[in-house]
Amino acid sequence: MSSTAIDPRATADDEGRAAFDAIIAADGRIEPRDWMPDDYRKTLIRQVSQHAHSEIIGMQPEANWISRAPSLKRKAILMAKVQDEAGHGLYLYSAAETLGASRDSMVEALIEGKAKYSSIFNYPTKQWADVGAIGWLVDGAAIMNQVPLCRASYAPYGRAMVRVCKEESFHQRQGFEILLSLANGTPAQKAMAQEAVDRFYAPALMMFGPPDDASPNSTQSMEWHIKRFSNDDLRQRFVGMIAEQVKVLGLTLPDPELRFDEDSKKWIHKELDWVEFMDVIKGNGPCNAQRLERRREAHEDGAWVREAAAAYAAKQSKKMQEIA
Amino acid sequence: MSHSHEQEIEDEFAGVGDTIASATRVTPGHALRPEDIALQDAPPAEDNAEYALWLGDDSLILAQRLSWWISRAPEMEEDVALGNIALDLLGHARSFLTYASKQWGKTEDELAYWREEEEFRNLRLTEQPNGGFGETIARQLYFAVYQELLYTRLVQSTDSTIAAISAKALKEVAYHVDHATQWCLRLGMGTDESARRLQHALNLMWPYVGELFQDEPLNERIAAAGIGPLPSSLREEWDQRVSAVIEESELQVPQAKAAMAHSRAGDHSEHLGYLLAEMQVLARKHPGASW
Repeated sequence: MSSTAIDPRATADDEGRAAFDAIIAADGRIEPRDWMPDDYRKTLIRQVSQHAHSEIIGMQPEANWISRAPSLKRKAILMAKVQDEAGHGLYLYSAAETLGASRDSMVEALIEGKAKYSSIFNYPTKQWADVGAIGWLVDGAAIMNQVPLCRASYAPYGRAMVRVCKEESFHQRQGFEILLSLANGTPAQKAMAQEAVDRFYAPALMMFGPPDDASPNSTQSMEWHIKRFSNDDLRQRFVGMIAEQVKVLGLTLPDPELRFDEDSKKWIHKELDWVEFMDVIKGNGPCNAQRLERRREAHEDGAWVREAAAAYAAKQSKKMQEIA
Repeated sequence: MSHSHEQEIEDEFAGVGDTIASATRVTPGHALRPEDIALQDAPPAEDNAEYALWLGDDSLILAQRLSWWISRAPEMEEDVALGNIALDLLGHARSFLTYASKQWGKTEDELAYWREEEEFRNLRLTEQPNGGFGETIARQLYFAVYQELLYTRLVQSTDSTIAAISAKALKEVAYHVDHATQWCLRLGMGTDESARRLQHALNLMWPYVGELFQDEPLNERIAAAGIGPLPSSLREEWDQRVSAVIEESELQVPQAKAAMAHSRAGDHSEHLGYLLAEMQVLARKHPGASW
């Protein structure tokens, strides 16, 4: 091979990149077998696995109230909801697997505290109304983030999000309905609802991530059509929505500064505590250690079951081969 | 923010946040729901109500136990599967309790949240602690096979509400039997450790099997009226089916004698009080509240 020969891999990469760029430019979809830049793959693995972890860890704060749900109907709805979240986690881990990440490695990273997940789930559910506030505010914010992801350029992620979004809007409704019942209930129930909204308001607004001028990864994600709207755009949309809905509830948002500014056509809300946000992300929130410990415990306690299932499957497939 | 950008966001989220619609609309409409049963005008006769209470309590207490696994199962697929089973059982419980409650002018929630421990009628097997996954699967195998045999008979009940609830439940319980059977095979023939653990669990739950087939005076009247079978009449088929699963799993059918139990008279194990304390705590903190 002479020094002037063209490296065939380099050519394939160039062709792949050209095809990738053309698909993105035409707002098309990338499928698992298509060529994609390493950074695109890495970004997606990070985002999709974090999203999966959030669903799985997010089961815990609500599961905390399944055993104590105050009516059988509420218990049934809550069980269905938390079970949906396990299902969402499974779709999302599968979507991440199409990018070459194994579920075992992702789960391990989570348990070892190396992976991130939505920081909102590191806050405790101290009383029943928190289940309502999570449904209304946390799932409401999640929907704002997730609806545009149905059009994410990476097709398996987009397809998973279509299913997830359908169920999430049911989740948000159940949360709203819990709060509505409480707000129209006894004075103690109404106080419980208000207290939960007061506690979850600011953490829910922070779910969209840091302000645009402090969100370094956003630009590239938007260029790749993974992300469609900026953190602040989505936060604006969300705060506008809940500002209206809270009136139907007959509750208030803990934000005396909240108003729609006609000049800038923007919602003005109170300053959010980004120091706290970063601290929770770093692992120092009220429940980070507890959430990870629960996941680790379930994983370790279940190891013998998974080993048995694998051994049984291996024996069965050996048996099938012997018959064949 | 340009107008077109605002419009773009507007279009993206058209229809999002329609929170006013009722969450309960998602409930599948084809089945006989507790809400429908509540609206029927004829309350059950006393014996029918008491019998429905027994059936409802069995499913309620087991659902409460199983729901603990959601977020704690050995695999995420099992979070979903055990959650599904718990949800099915809770659905059966709600229907039976709603039906029973009409005899006494109450609601399903008044029965679930405001009765004392000695007023519960569930079988002792259903209140046994989850233990590890092996114990849960052993309890599931024993109870799901029993419930499948029972509901198969109840589909023919002279009480049309009990027959209708059982017909819907039967399809779900067939899945519960399959789930428990598949896990028995996997654990029994998986590793030495899993076989040892499941055998231990099967032995541990066995003493509570006897009570499933104990005929109480109410059962005699229920059988005479064609409402439901005598529990003792289900035993032979149960033994055949459960033994077949255990043997296929290469494990031993336990030989232990039945533990003395009179759960249908409200005599429970030490475990039920804790379960009820947790289940009822919030509802009891707010008497008269609706949720």
